Amino acid sequence: MIWETVTLAFTAIIRNKLRSFLTVLGVVIGVAAVIAMVTIGQGSSAQVSASVESLGTNVLSLRPGKFRMGPPTGGGAGGQPPRFDLKDAEAIAVLSAVAYVAPQVTTGVTVVAGNANSTTTGYGTTADYLKVQNWTVALGRGFSDAEQAAGTPVCLLGQTVRDDLFGKSDPVGERIRVRTLSCQVIGVMTARGAGSFGQDQDDLILMPIKTVQRRLVGNSDVESLTIALRKSATSAEGVDQVSQLMRDRRRIALGQEDNFSVTDMAEISSVLTGINTVLTGLLSSVAAVSLLVGGIGIMNIMLVSVTERTREIGIRLAVGATAGQVLMQFLVEAVVLSLLGGVLGIVAGLGLALVGSVLLSIPFAPSGAVVALAFGFSALVGVVFGYFPARRAARLDPIEALRHQ
Amino acid sequence: MAEPLIRFRDVARVYGTGEAEVRALAGVSLTIERGEFVAIMGASGSGKSTAMNIIGCLDRPTAGEYLFQGVPVQGLDADQRALLRRHTLGFVFQGFNLLARSTALENVELPLIYKGLPRAQRVALARSALNKVGLSGRENSDPSQLSGGQQQRVAIARALAGNPRVILADEPTGNLDSRRSHEILKLLQALNRDEGITIVMVTHEEDIAAYAGRRIVFADGQLVDDPVKEARP
Repeated sequence: MIWETVTLAFTAIIRNKLRSFLTVLGVVIGVAAVIAMVTIGQGSSAQVSASVESLGTNVLSLRPGKFRMGPPTGGGAGGQPPRFDLKDAEAIAVLSAVAYVAPQVTTGVTVVAGNANSTTTGYGTTADYLKVQNWTVALGRGFSDAEQAAGTPVCLLGQTVRDDLFGKSDPVGERIRVRTLSCQVIGVMTARGAGSFGQDQDDLILMPIKTVQRRLVGNSDVESLTIALRKSATSAEGVDQVSQLMRDRRRIALGQEDNFSVTDMAEISSVLTGINTVLTGLLSSVAAVSLLVGGIGIMNIMLVSVTERTREIGIRLAVGATAGQVLMQFLVEAVVLSLLGGVLGIVAGLGLALVGSVLLSIPFAPSGAVVALAFGFSALVGVVFGYFPARRAARLDPIEALRHQ
Repeated sequence: MAEPLIRFRDVARVYGTGEAEVRALAGVSLTIERGEFVAIMGASGSGKSTAMNIIGCLDRPTAGEYLFQGVPVQGLDADQRALLRRHTLGFVFQGFNLLARSTALENVELPLIYKGLPRAQRVALARSALNKVGLSGRENSDPSQLSGGQQQRVAIARALAGNPRVILADEPTGNLDSRRSHEILKLLQALNRDEGITIVMVTHEEDIAAYAGRRIVFADGQLVDDPVKEARP
């Protein structure tokens, strides 16, 4: 009997293909939107976690001024906060909790090799930067201690810069011009892809920090320091030691605010993931509203269908169908319709999410739980919005129904 | 003596209330025995269709008693009456009332689906019913591909498939020409004679009523002519 009811529902749906499709379109769009939102949201969360994890656990970041999300505004009441220098880096390196310190200076540069040129970011740093970032050299070698100490004009290329300047050929040993500085390519970094905000992490060149300071920037400032802690140290200990050291070095009196900030990367990760979750939830709930609208669309068409098929209902009642069986017939039809919509929506949503993931260069992270939930929810939409029309069908008077033209 | 198949005791059916009150049936008593072929006649508004609806358990009397096989139908709820229709009654309508986009076989299968029979058995019974009404070979035709007479045969096969005690035919020839009408009546007569199925038929045509074994006439909600009543005061 149940099988007959389902078959009957499919027959009725197939009979009016176009109408059925338009009826479920609302549910399709709703489910697709929810699935796409959640899948892309989860992908970008995974991306944030992965990129923070790639920094290694127990990594601190030391920046001038107070910590804030977003671009540094500089200035403020106290004017430009004081910069760091390489002596700070050396002092931090000897702290008991610290494994490595990578001081960084960045500057926008134009690089030229033969006829090719590219605008990119020049990173001045040390070999420890690669350890802190869990990043490796794909071709060639990293900086030697002598090159770092002397500020030799050598550089490592990110994959994007390498592609721009040399295509697929081996650039190791070639010379490029960084602004006006002639610089030897000693290696190429492995590709890292897009970062948490979709930025290209391979669009850079790495040079010894002294080279950048002396030959490109013209001062001895250090913009920020990335500090890897020893495995035995907790990040709280690390933050404590670094803060105390910097306060001492800068002679900041007790009760006065820090003019630098030490942040735990794991903290940033949890903040980013939190923002991500809120955004995903918000967008999904907007999408869920269209599911509701889709349900109302199904109810509307089912009501029309009951009116059109009044005579059929009369015939069924006359040959011995009970009101319950008629109710079930129309309810199953509504549920089958909305489930079809749900399945189409899931397929469309996953497709959209796949395209979106590729475009945003984030991992495609479909979730079985979300798909199951969307499926269940579309069944629920069918039951809730199919019940009223079905009840109307079941309550028809057989005599009236048979007389209906 | 066994309880008759159908017994009306002072059955009344009133529609509306107060000023708008319409007495479609005003106290009708009659009995129909198993195996009879009864024609119900009367002008329109005489109450004959109301009587048919009550016999068919589609409607209930507002007063009086309707016993079907001794069971008081006015005491049954909608589901119980649906079960009674499913297992003991078959309907044939003036307008055929076939499902338009289903084949002849599917139409005949319909009551069997509600009987809960498995598909193979349904198909077998439906084929045999179509065979009885002379429509072998037209199983997969849609109603639109069949003539009026053939459509009414499909409807009779549908009524027959559920193995009913009674076939209720409401002006079965109303939409048919005279030749087809006589064919349909011969078929009903044969089912009554050979299968022992009780047939109650509403008609307003004398020559159609002549096929029946007994002729009942309604007027103004009253039974005005019934040979059995006269014979059995």
